[in-house]
Parts: sequence; C-alpha cells; structure tokens
Amino acid sequence: MSDNRNEAEARSTAASKPPLDPHLKALENEAIHIFREVAAEFERPVMLYSIGKDSSVLLHLARKAFHPGRVPFPLLHVNTGWKFAEMIAFRDEIVKRYDLDLIEHVNPRGAAENVTPFTHGSARYTDIMKTEALRQALDAGKYDAAFGGARRDEEASRAKERIYSFRTPDHRWDPRNQRPELWNIYNGMINRGESVRAFPLSNWTEVDIWRYIQAENIPIVPLYFAEKRPYIERDGMMILAEDPRLELLPGETKQEGLIRFRTLGCFPLTGAIRSTATTLDDIISELETATVSERQGRAIDRDQSGSMEKKKREGYF
Amino acid sequence: MTASATATVAAFPAVETERASRDSRPLRLITCGSVDDGKSTLIGRLLWDTKAVKEDQAATLQRDSSGKQNDLGLPDFALLLDGLQAEREQGITIDVAYRYFSTDRRSFIVADTPGHEQYTRNMATGASTADLAVLLVDARTGILEQTRRHATIATLMGIRQFVLAVNKIDLTGYDRARFEEISHEFKELALSLGVKQITAIPVSALKGENVVYDGRASMPWYEGPTLVETLEKATVRSNQTVGFRLPVQRVSRPGESFRGYQGTVAGGAVKPGDSVVVLPSGMVANVKQIVTFDLVRNAAVAGDAITLVLDRQVDVSRGDMIVSIDSQPMTGRKFDAQIVAMQPEGIEPGKRYWLKSGSRRQRVTVAPASQLDLKSGKWNAAEALPMNAIGKVALTFDEQAIFDTYEQNRTTGAFILIDPDTHNTIAGGMITGRHSELGGIHKGDERVILSLPADLADKLMATEIFASRRHDAEVRHTNAGRAAELLADLDE
Repeated sequence: MSDNRNEAEARSTAASKPPLDPHLKALENEAIHIFREVAAEFERPVMLYSIGKDSSVLLHLARKAFHPGRVPFPLLHVNTGWKFAEMIAFRDEIVKRYDLDLIEHVNPRGAAENVTPFTHGSARYTDIMKTEALRQALDAGKYDAAFGGARRDEEASRAKERIYSFRTPDHRWDPRNQRPELWNIYNGMINRGESVRAFPLSNWTEVDIWRYIQAENIPIVPLYFAEKRPYIERDGMMILAEDPRLELLPGETKQEGLIRFRTLGCFPLTGAIRSTATTLDDIISELETATVSERQGRAIDRDQSGSMEKKKREGYF
Repeated sequence: MTASATATVAAFPAVETERASRDSRPLRLITCGSVDDGKSTLIGRLLWDTKAVKEDQAATLQRDSSGKQNDLGLPDFALLLDGLQAEREQGITIDVAYRYFSTDRRSFIVADTPGHEQYTRNMATGASTADLAVLLVDARTGILEQTRRHATIATLMGIRQFVLAVNKIDLTGYDRARFEEISHEFKELALSLGVKQITAIPVSALKGENVVYDGRASMPWYEGPTLVETLEKATVRSNQTVGFRLPVQRVSRPGESFRGYQGTVAGGAVKPGDSVVVLPSGMVANVKQIVTFDLVRNAAVAGDAITLVLDRQVDVSRGDMIVSIDSQPMTGRKFDAQIVAMQPEGIEPGKRYWLKSGSRRQRVTVAPASQLDLKSGKWNAAEALPMNAIGKVALTFDEQAIFDTYEQNRTTGAFILIDPDTHNTIAGGMITGRHSELGGIHKGDERVILSLPADLADKLMATEIFASRRHDAEVRHTNAGRAAELLADLDE
C-alpha cells in the first residue's frame, strides 16, 4: 500500500475538514439528490461498482446521501477475472470497512470457453466479459435501476446521455428515443422488465473527481499514484507486468519505471503513463497540464471512433 | 444607438454581477443558433481554446474527418461535438448535448441544442437548467425569425441573461456599423421580452476572435469583453431569497430513535428552531436539527441536500413539502401554467396525465387555452397542442397541489407531464398562478391603453411586474403624433 493511501486514511476523520468550495458543493448536492430520488422511486436499485476513482466517489456520495442510514442497495461488481490484484484487495477492504452488500458476478462463459483478452481480442473480450456479464447480473438480480459512475465529459457519445437513461427489457439504449429531461425532475416511470441507468456524476469532469477525492479524503486504489513498477510495452501501451498470466511475446522485455494509471480496468487492456505524481496535489497539477484525455489509455475505445456508442447500444455501461 | 463601440447594452445595471472567481458554482448556459450560424464552430472553439479538448480526441477527429479541416488547419469541430453516429450520418445535431470547460475563474456547463425549428423541445430542455443563453447570429444575415423564436423560448424558460454572438464578423470586413445595427435590433427584441442583461459581442469563431482571446488586432473599435469574460462574470440564479421549501424525497428511519426528512432545499433557508408547515396536511412543527454526513449544521440554504429532523411526531411522507410558516406556497386544485409539448402525440385535452414536480407525482387533466405563435409573439386560442407547441393551459388536480409561480421559484414552479400509457415525458411546464377564469388577452375584461416614450415603455416592460404577465400586454411602436391621433379616436 502506498503512503498516500495511508495518509488519506489517517486523515479520514472528517471533523476538521474545511467546507467544500461552491463548485464541488453544487456537484455533490446534485448527486445526492439523484441518489435519493432513485432510491425512493425504484423497487430494486443496485450500484455498479468498478473499484476505480469514479466508483470511489460514487460510493462516498451514496454514503452521504443516506446518512445516518446504511446505503440501501447492494453494490455490483462485474469481474472479468483480469482486474489488477490491488483493485480486488482494495474492494474487499472497502466493503468490510463501510458495511456494504457486495454482489460479484463473473460471466461463466469466461472460464468455460477460456475467454481472455489475449486470445479473443479486446473487442470480443469486452463484449463477453463486461457487456454480456453485466446483462446477466442485472437480469439475475431483477434490478430496475442501476447507478453508474459515467461522466458526460468522458467520451463524445456520453455527452447526450440523460441522468436517468432508459433501457429496454433487453438492456438496449436507443439514443434517438431518449426521454426529455428538464430541470432536476426525473421521470422514473417504467414498465416491468424495463430499467433505468442513473448517472449521479453526469456533470462532473475528471478534475472535479480528483479535487473531490482530495477535499473529502476518499480512499482510492494506490495504482493511481506513481510508483516504481514493472511493465512491458505492447501496442504502444505500458502494461503492468506483475500478473503471472501475462506472457511475454518475442522481443518484449520487462522494464521498471515510475508509472501510474489514470483509469483502472483489466490490466492487460489498461495502459500506464509515466508520471512522478505521488500525491493528489501532483495528480491534479499533472491533469491540469495534461494534453491527452484519460480514455487514451483504454484499448476498447480505440477500435474505432464511435465504438463506445456501439457498445452502449448493446448494453455496455 | 450611442456611438460607443462597447456593445455591452446592459440596460439595467440593477442586478449586481458578482465578482467571478473559482469559488463560484458552475455557470450553466445554452447556445442557440442554426447550423449555418457556425454554432458547432463556436462551441468547438470554446473547448479548444480553453484546452478542454485533448490531443488524442483531436487525433481521433482528424482521423475521422479524413482531411476535412478548416482553412486554419484546425479539425472540423462539428465532428467533435456531434457525438452520435446517427447524427453524423445525417449531418445534423438531433438532441441536447452537454459540454464542459473551465477557465481559471469558473467552470461552465453548456447545453448544446439544435437550431432547427422542429426541435423546440430540445431547446426548452436545455434552457430549463440554464442561467444564461448565448444566441448566435451570422453577421451577414443578422437577426432572423429564428433568433426571435429562440429568445422567446429562452425567456419563457426563465432565462434573464442574453449574450448575442455576432459571428462571422470577419466576413463583413469587421464592419462596426453592421455590428451596431444588429446589436441594436437585438436589444429591442430582448427588452420587449423583458430581458435586462444583454451583451453583444462581434465574434469570429473560426479565427478565434473575441471567443476566448480578444480580437483587438482585427477590431480595434471593439472594447468590450470577450465571450468567455462575459460568461465568467454572469450571475448564477438561486432561489435563496424566497421562502423556505423542502420537497421531501424520502423518509430516513435507520432506527427507532431517528426520523429524518431527506431532500434538496428548493428555496430560502432554514435553521434549527424555525417554525415550519408540512403541506398538504398543514401540520406545524419546529426544526430540531439539520443533519448531514459531515456534521450537524446550523443552517441550510437553497441547493443544499439535507436531512431535516423536526421536534415532534408529524406525519410526513415522500411528495410532501416542508415550508416556512410565514411564507407559504400556493395550494389548490386548479392552476394556470405554460407548457412545451414534447412528443408527437401532443397534449390531448381531457386526458389524465401524471404530473411530477419536485418529488410529488399526481394525476392531472390539462385544458389548453391558447398557443404561442413564435413568429408574431401572439397567443392564439387553442384546444389541443401539437408537438413543439408552447401553450397556456389550465391544470385540474384530483388532490391538493402545491406550487410557487415559476417566476418566483424555478424549482417549485416547474413540472413535467408523463403519459400514463407510454410513461414518456410529454411536456415541461411552468406554473403562472392559481387558475383564474378571467384574464388573458382574448377575454373581455377591462383594458387600459397607455402612450409612453419608447424608452420608458421598454423599462416598464422589463420590470418584475411584467415578467409574469408580459403576454397579457400588447406593445406597438409608433410616433408621438400618431399615438395622439389613436387616443383621440378612442375618445370619440
């Protein structure tokens, strides 16, 4: 565990915390409002929890929204089996610490057909292990509302996403047939089998996420902070070389360097960046001068422009 | 118009512009204009020059646009903005998209809406949350009927700050007289709608002049602010100066000892000890505690998401509203409202819809009375409202309803209508008052004709009194001699 995380935990008693600036406060208020509205209007909500920084913020806001009560819905982690080991350790600790209900789902086809990011290619792998797995888990739980941490600034097709995003019984998203969304009045009326994905972080940007993590001392996976780590270079990405399942291809060599991750997903598909940012301050100042977007490290977005929209139509979050 | 090249035509400096700083809430704005006005280029330019677009996104753009660049070697901004494949194929923007950018002083949320006529509903959606509207015109064509339509919709949705971006000014050879002519015409239009804060800016979105960076090199005659400077100084509307309102979203009962009412303060402020009324029951109680995750607070204001604890057992459930005892909202079963119809089936008179306002959902029938003709600005009698129509309606509820006027409170005066068959949102609406059988321009009640100097009439129409009843007044411009003749005719 990195020093930063321990430091953040040590400071996590909120008593002496300065008040949030009006910008973050407005975003927080909006998110809490959405959490409460969904929890009140739907019968079986669930929160998608991916362990990343956005999920960490989402969870923190959920705890705030329902305080002094418990978070009144379970967390769903769609696991691919290829997450960074540190993510899983972090997840288990958080669930225990905050007394949360966690549901973990892995697509059984993954093991049965030996689906891996190496053998099936990133597009096919993501389709089976993430999109299909998510549909299975949502069907199994009969959830009528699922919270997600998606932000509109992440990707072009997200810019038109509603805060309540309506989905058909087979989880499809029809970008041409979305309900108008006015003021902060959300239409939660659905028929049985239909569902809504709710996005409390819609109006947050990446910088807001980091500034909020800092202001609220929210624990995050240490992989976000720069550390000397082993990696290999593949397809122009730096892949973390810690997992024994990563086989080196001819010409690849393990190297070591000061690296960190801007987003976290499946380790073979997530590229690191070279960075000396070891504190939240460093990360924020690095971000403010960054010239590439955070999704640049994600292999799945690069298949082709518009690929996220395709995945969303098929039920990807 | 005066010879001043500073086209900041804020007619009334009465509303204090707060000192912009990073310590302010995000400014929400809407951009209105047609494809031809260069709206995508303007927004693209804003994102580009504030560095909200990163290199890899631009690289994707350049790959997509396959050489489609403008003559300055920049990528085709429209591709960056039109995020959905369906739209790219059709080459038009068909929905509301939200964009984010920030400067050192403030962050901004832009609702980017299409300018095409049939998409009134999208503009209304984008305008519902906006504090300010940027209206875009082509300097060569000037104010169009469309500009008038957009300004009217923005005003109806409660926007009271306009920025006119006179784009493509480079194509007029930076013609100052042309700019002033357009600004003047727009000022008259805005004032006739009651909008007081107006800034007109000559802009070249393509060249990046007066958007983020100033255009002094090309337009030394313009000494006013750039678009971004104007946005940095704009005011964010809040409901803090009106009576306390807490629409109850849910009741929190984690144990026998605690009972808290959770919701977002929709107006005014509250502190422990305040006397409050629970509506619609009318039960009275005092505030015992304001609970939040961080600490027990000694006050909460409009916008805060809180948990309120009262000093006694009262029956409160989701959909109720907790309000200050000395400044209560209207309650009743009949209200007047203005609505925007948003679905192909329109609004059917006599049909029972669901109405949702705050956390309260109830049955309502809607009786259309008139429809706004966006060309003339006149309200014509109507019995049904088709998609994209803006209408005045009477609402009749099965049970007590609770509202403020939209003019007084943009949260407790707003609602949506939901079709019980399709569950779709079919209209957005704004409460104008308790239902009155009289009133309106087509009714036979008594009227007064006034003849005033034009500037005085403009000022009068821009006051708060007229803000909610503007459409009850008819204004005609003429000269003093003709006015005297007209009045003389009436005396005969």
